[in-house]
Amino acid sequence: MSATASPASAVSERRGFRERPLVRLVMVRFLEFWREPEAVFWVFIFPILLAAGLGIAFRERPPEAVKVGVLVSDPASGALSDAIARDPRLEVVPLDDSAGMHALRTGRIALFAIPRAARTVEYRYDDTRPDARTARLLVDDAVQRAAGREDVATVRERRVREPGARYIDFVVPGLLAMNLMGSGIWGVGFTIVEARRRKLLKRLIATPMSRAQYLASFILSRLAMLVLEVGGFLAFGIFVFGVPARGSFGTIVLVALTSALAFSAIGLLVASRVRTIEGASGLMNLVMLPMWIFSGVFFSASNFPDAAQPVIQALPLTAAADALRATLLEGASVVALAPELGILAAWLSVSFVSALALFRWR
Amino acid sequence: MTPGAALAVRGLHKRYADVVAVDGLDLEVLHGECFGLLGPNGAGKTTTIEICEGLLAPDSGDVEVLGRRWSTHERELRHLLGIQLQETQLADKLTVRETVRLFRSFYHRGRDPADVIALVQLGEKARSRVGTLSGGQKQRLALACALVGDPQLLFLDEPTTGLDPQARRQLWDLIGDLRAGGRTIVLTTHYMEEAERLCDRVAIVDHGRAIALGTPRELVQSLGAEHVVEFALGDGVAVAPGTLEAIRGVQSVRANEGTWALTVAELHLAVPAILAELERRGATLSELRTHSATLEDVFVSLTGRHLREEA
Repeated sequence: MSATASPASAVSERRGFRERPLVRLVMVRFLEFWREPEAVFWVFIFPILLAAGLGIAFRERPPEAVKVGVLVSDPASGALSDAIARDPRLEVVPLDDSAGMHALRTGRIALFAIPRAARTVEYRYDDTRPDARTARLLVDDAVQRAAGREDVATVRERRVREPGARYIDFVVPGLLAMNLMGSGIWGVGFTIVEARRRKLLKRLIATPMSRAQYLASFILSRLAMLVLEVGGFLAFGIFVFGVPARGSFGTIVLVALTSALAFSAIGLLVASRVRTIEGASGLMNLVMLPMWIFSGVFFSASNFPDAAQPVIQALPLTAAADALRATLLEGASVVALAPELGILAAWLSVSFVSALALFRWR
Repeated sequence: MTPGAALAVRGLHKRYADVVAVDGLDLEVLHGECFGLLGPNGAGKTTTIEICEGLLAPDSGDVEVLGRRWSTHERELRHLLGIQLQETQLADKLTVRETVRLFRSFYHRGRDPADVIALVQLGEKARSRVGTLSGGQKQRLALACALVGDPQLLFLDEPTTGLDPQARRQLWDLIGDLRAGGRTIVLTTHYMEEAERLCDRVAIVDHGRAIALGTPRELVQSLGAEHVVEFALGDGVAVAPGTLEAIRGVQSVRANEGTWALTVAELHLAVPAILAELERRGATLSELRTHSATLEDVFVSLTGRHLREEA
């Protein structure tokens, strides 16, 4: 029994659910986040603006005609231009020799065609460029037909343009994964480093507060924000750009949840010892930069050499982006996503346990 | 040690890379007492109190808090102590009420947040963000966070440092009420007024050691004189300290850069005698002050330095 200064104030033991320490800690995280308008912008508004920008840049358009330069100073160039212009997939740009070479170098034309002696045409193009190789095939086809070549086999064409195979479909799940990474690592990391700098962590460990609950509150508070963060962004992708959502609702939720928890735990680990905001900022960029580059947010990670693939596939952002893509675009089941979910769960548990062990509380 | 002391510290040592912060310190705080560690900045007060709070480990020495040791009873002790640290900045974006409610949630038993907020006179600010509070209000909020677990022992590390006089007096009244209510308090301070006004007993700390211990009154009486006479001489006339010490009632004489400080027992007899002696030597006074002896004078007589100077 302690001597109490004010007899009017009763000492009590009973407390409801809302007064439990973990509930209060999560509540406080949530309030602090909402009272920081900038954080709200970067987490919720910015990703939607970014997706909108990319969606507009890579919107669906009819295939563009390939531009082909034709040398004008030759008597045979009129016939050559006519032959090429007959194909609607090609557009003729009349040019003299030096202008033609300049246009070729700067990529304004894909190929420069120069009539030579009778029935001879020279193609100048860069054979490492896909559009130049396409131009070579189309121009040659037009030239050979004009010269009298006949098709011998009959072909039938059926054009397939399906939602789910466009660039915007590829990039929306990637951006969502990247956003989960950013808000997890930045959101958790900066809050902790700031609390350490202000000696608030030291004050908290002078109370009976559970250290594991304090760290867990950061991860749990992300759940509440996840509903808006993922929901808002996906709704935008689905309704504005028609990105398909073929996977089940439960699978999408599970993938988003596991990713968000894994990145929050990485955020805890990154912030576990740093004392200054500057130090934290540098370390977070160091952690995230390789993933921005290698994890296939904007283009497929399979572009990197095979030797690097085991490392790239083990990165949490690769796992998150691949799993989100597989469920949204292909309707993959939880079972099919087991490898990615496993990688994310491993990052979550290893990071959280290491963070708890390494954490500097003062 | 006294059985049942609230805090017992023996032979405490703590050294940082190149400084000895605590150098063999002993303390004993009784239940229901307000105990002060008084000393200049860098004396080792904060290191000592943080070791007692279980936030720092000593290099050697023994600490017993409420009959328990940190090594074996940390979880239990955390529930029994209320702590205010020197430099904590609580979260700016939370309100006073949210902050106290958070701290309340950590303790098994404690007081209603609203009651504690009212106790520290922040009732009108309960819904205000911490970031909008004044320095004094923030210190009172920190006190509320320390009190909300209804602690058996309250540690306050420099509770009024950096506050304006009005905010300091308000906090003194609050701590005085807690003391009057019988709560056991250990506080550090470098304000002698604070120690004199709030503390039942004071340990004067310098260079990591307790160099004097007692009630403020006992410490002042240890000077053997209740008054201090300070004067400065206008011209360069030399006065030998010995001639002043010979005057009846003068206990000690200290000269520092042309300013003299004498501790004096019987002011009404000593002052005329001192003035007569100076006049006889042909010295003219440029300043003359007297005041009742304080803990500051005790510190000066023990160390030759003032409390406000860097150690």
